[in-house]
Amino acid sequence: MSYLDQAHPEIQRPVSNMLIMASVLGALLLNSLPWEGLWLSLRPDFVAVAMLYWCTHKPLRFGIGMAWAVGILADVSDASLFGQHALSYTVLAFGGVVLSRRIQMFDLREQTTQVFFILLLTYAVYALVHWQVSGQVAWTYLLGCLTSTLLWVPISVLFQSMRQMRVDRE
Amino acid sequence: MDSTQTFQVFNRGPSPGARLVFFAVLSLLLMFVDARFRYLESTRSALSVLVSPIQHLATLPGALWHQAGDFLVAQNRLLEANKVLHRQHERDSAQLVQSQALLQENQQLRNLLAMQQRNQFSVQFAEIVYAEIDVFKRKVLINKGGSASIQAGQVVMDDKGIVGQVTRIYPWLSEVTLITEKNHAVPVQVLRSGLRSIAFGAGNTSQLSLRYMPVSADIQKGDVLVTSGIDGLYPPGIPVAVVEKIERDPAYPFANIICSPVGGVDKHRHLLVLSALPALPERPQATPVLAKPGKAGKN
Repeated sequence: MSYLDQAHPEIQRPVSNMLIMASVLGALLLNSLPWEGLWLSLRPDFVAVAMLYWCTHKPLRFGIGMAWAVGILADVSDASLFGQHALSYTVLAFGGVVLSRRIQMFDLREQTTQVFFILLLTYAVYALVHWQVSGQVAWTYLLGCLTSTLLWVPISVLFQSMRQMRVDRE
Repeated sequence: MDSTQTFQVFNRGPSPGARLVFFAVLSLLLMFVDARFRYLESTRSALSVLVSPIQHLATLPGALWHQAGDFLVAQNRLLEANKVLHRQHERDSAQLVQSQALLQENQQLRNLLAMQQRNQFSVQFAEIVYAEIDVFKRKVLINKGGSASIQAGQVVMDDKGIVGQVTRIYPWLSEVTLITEKNHAVPVQVLRSGLRSIAFGAGNTSQLSLRYMPVSADIQKGDVLVTSGIDGLYPPGIPVAVVEKIERDPAYPFANIICSPVGGVDKHRHLLVLSALPALPERPQATPVLAKPGKAGKN
């Protein structure tokens, strides 16, 4: 559990724009895999977690505008209402950018609690819009918030190691 | 981040709060326009060109899995399936001959009565690409789109009954709303008694409900509901659902009738898209407006 106890993961490594774009596109791909039934409810929102990582670790490179644009793409691929994902991802990115300093102070275990509330807010915004439009909410949808939170640690570790790989090669 | 600082060394653009408000308002505006006016369909299909490679990639593992399954299927199972299909084919073809004779007879009778002929429908095969795209929605994406001249409003069925309706067209995909989607309506008729009604989707479960049916309506458990064809969109006589449960509570004016769909709404991978919308009879000529009596009096 050396990763979890790492309070300050040394000096932040540089990140290429390619890595950011590739990670978000990869997350979109994972989101649009044909999940079905209960798995669909349990599916973590890979895009949200990936974007939250970049918003908290590189708030000047990946901000609210980018999150909004990715949200529009997610709306097209999900055939949801235009702007529904965009709105919830805007809220997500705002949370990530505003809390980026604080979140980077914590280790991964403490970060997870912070991240949970940002993700809960994101999910709530999406569900609220849906409730406003169609007058019903599938409560199982909110399960995805928990699994997304559980995904925070593996994704952080993965992205951190990918950032390091890039440096090692040089 | 910067919003707490009174003075900035580096100009980093608007504060996060301002950006949040800007993009949130933009999203709300888009949602409003999309929900109310449907102006953005062309934008959506343009953007879908960007997203469709990702979607195709995402369906690749599933398609490969199915292909591998097809390849590795045991021979005796194939033989068994072949036998069953042969038997069914023989049975069906006997019925088909009968129904052709009936069709002929029906046409002649309709001719005699000078009634409108029923339309023949041609069908296109399509395959489901995504079974479900969202927890909230009862929708599927099929692999035929605008390039295969699919149109919004076309009816989608499987070998047993109605499955849904095409609601949105992309260049290579189209979105089918299932009949179990909340508030999706299909005009139906009880096969036994000819009673007309409308079957509404019940939302997240695979059920339909008949609304506004009086408590005394002639409907029984096990009744088959077929499309009535009155809307001019669904061809008449295709099975939709079977009545499962009827609750007649005299305290309410309407009976609570629950049905289950006949078609494999969330089972099959292969679907049929009825590829021609029925030709509607021409609109009746507007009757010429007579001069108003008041004006006539003045003249």
